[in-house]
Amino acid sequence: MEKPLTQHIVPSRAPLSLKEYEKVGGYQSVRKILKEMTPQEVQALVKESDLKGRGGAGFNTGLKWSFVPMGPDAATPKYLVANADEMEPGTFKDRVLLEGNPHQLIEGMIVAAYAIQASISYVFLRWAYKVAAGEITKAIQEAYDAGYLGQNILGSGFNLDMHLHTGVGRYMCGEETALLNALEGKRANPRAKPPFPQVSGLFGKPTIVNNVETLCCLPHIINNGAEWFKGLGLTADAGTKLFGVSGRVKTPGCWELPMGTTIREILEDYAGGMQDGYLFRGLLPGGASTDFLVEEHLDLPMDYPSIQAAGSRMGTGTMIIMDDQTCPVGFTLNLQHFFAQESCGFCTPCREGLPWVERILLAIDKGEGKPEHLLTLDFHTKYLGPGNTFCALAPGAMEPLQSALKYFREDFERHIHEHHCPWSKAKAWQPSI
Amino acid sequence: MLTAEEKHQIDHEISLVPAPKNACIEALKIVQQNHGWVSDESLKDVADYVGMSPAELDSVATFYNLIFRRPVGRHVILLCDSISCYVMGYEGIKEALHNKLNIQYGQTTADGRFTLLPNCCLGTCDCAPALMIDNDLYRNLTVEQLDEILNKYT
Repeated sequence: MEKPLTQHIVPSRAPLSLKEYEKVGGYQSVRKILKEMTPQEVQALVKESDLKGRGGAGFNTGLKWSFVPMGPDAATPKYLVANADEMEPGTFKDRVLLEGNPHQLIEGMIVAAYAIQASISYVFLRWAYKVAAGEITKAIQEAYDAGYLGQNILGSGFNLDMHLHTGVGRYMCGEETALLNALEGKRANPRAKPPFPQVSGLFGKPTIVNNVETLCCLPHIINNGAEWFKGLGLTADAGTKLFGVSGRVKTPGCWELPMGTTIREILEDYAGGMQDGYLFRGLLPGGASTDFLVEEHLDLPMDYPSIQAAGSRMGTGTMIIMDDQTCPVGFTLNLQHFFAQESCGFCTPCREGLPWVERILLAIDKGEGKPEHLLTLDFHTKYLGPGNTFCALAPGAMEPLQSALKYFREDFERHIHEHHCPWSKAKAWQPSI
Repeated sequence: MLTAEEKHQIDHEISLVPAPKNACIEALKIVQQNHGWVSDESLKDVADYVGMSPAELDSVATFYNLIFRRPVGRHVILLCDSISCYVMGYEGIKEALHNKLNIQYGQTTADGRFTLLPNCCLGTCDCAPALMIDNDLYRNLTVEQLDEILNKYT
């Protein structure tokens, strides 16, 4: 099984130095594009490969790039940003790539920057990834010293600077326009679209923001071609994907597997199945903002269309397992507390609606719920859904809520009828501060 | 007053962006690195230096949970309270920390040694529960390990 993204990552060992990385074929894609390909050819190849954004949205990467103005009349400087602000609860896949092989990310960023003719690039890294910050700082310096970054890269006339920017918290920074505001030294509120960042992004200039895993796919697509990449997937979706599992399984972890590997295979063959004494009840397939899937969905392939057809989203591809000893109301409350806390407060439905949802769930969890509370929650899943808020935070928050109300409604009703949490032997969850 | 070294570091950040105010978050980080937090006085100094009003800069500073606008202890404990750590029982760690340190979230121990804060997902969900103290990450936590971990910090 080919594992292009993680083939040179050994968890117990320091990442490859630039010299070691070059020995295993590192930076070949940079040499290739600078010598043999126009930016438009790189865009076309990546579009043809059907690489979809690995941050959760699943949009065709080459197509995303194609909206950047090109040619001598395009505004400059253009920017490329690696979104390394991994903060979706339950998600820990980019950490593997950042800590394990920073040169692969830098190589991918050079490819992306060349494709859109960006001359300045940023790694927007979340503050908590201290090890990654050290490794990336070192790797960027090595890349400058070797002439892969800076002016006139490898004598091609192409220039690219790269900076590491570490954040100071807030989930909102993962949203690409909010991330750009944070990079500009502002509150990380999202921006209205249009204009899209491709036209008016960082400092009002054409900008592309790509997820770390997306960028790490690029060198391999350049080196091996679009057909090879498409052939890696088991289903219609292209490539490999970093899948992760957390919760009460025997061996939680993160694995690079073909796109389209079934949920059951990931859960049983890689995560080792449930821990003894715990039964599976449901899972969030790709982070906190994805709809629950349950037993009947376990044979679904993990790819974008299959998970979407089942009413959820593949999101980041890192699953969170809910076991039978975890209260579904408490689980949902924990998620909604997170979203209420992380709302940027800019638009009213999100700022006011999410705390309302949290208070109702807290009341139900404490045994103070009323039957009409479930209707109020149902109402919120519609009114905080897509199209009613400024960005995707509240609609994302509603995904696990609406599916919890669908699949675990009896558990919610038991809390209300029995006036206490049936799981209350476990301590009731208390929101922070 | 900003020190010469702080000004030097902030000047470097300003050189990378179109306008000085674009470097304001970096400037706040530099001040916090030296003082542990951002006092009203420091906020005003930074605002003056990058050409913003203190109110405008405070609107930025208070947006970000890791810019501290109140004094913190010598070490800050950030306990992950997100979903994977919830499933794996972070509340037990929380209770133990409350009892051992005799502080609640948002408080600092009387000796100024620790501040305890909740934090969103630390991105190490396969090793939950997890917490960070300063720059150090601790994973697969059990209550029994806490004394040994806390004792590393003076």
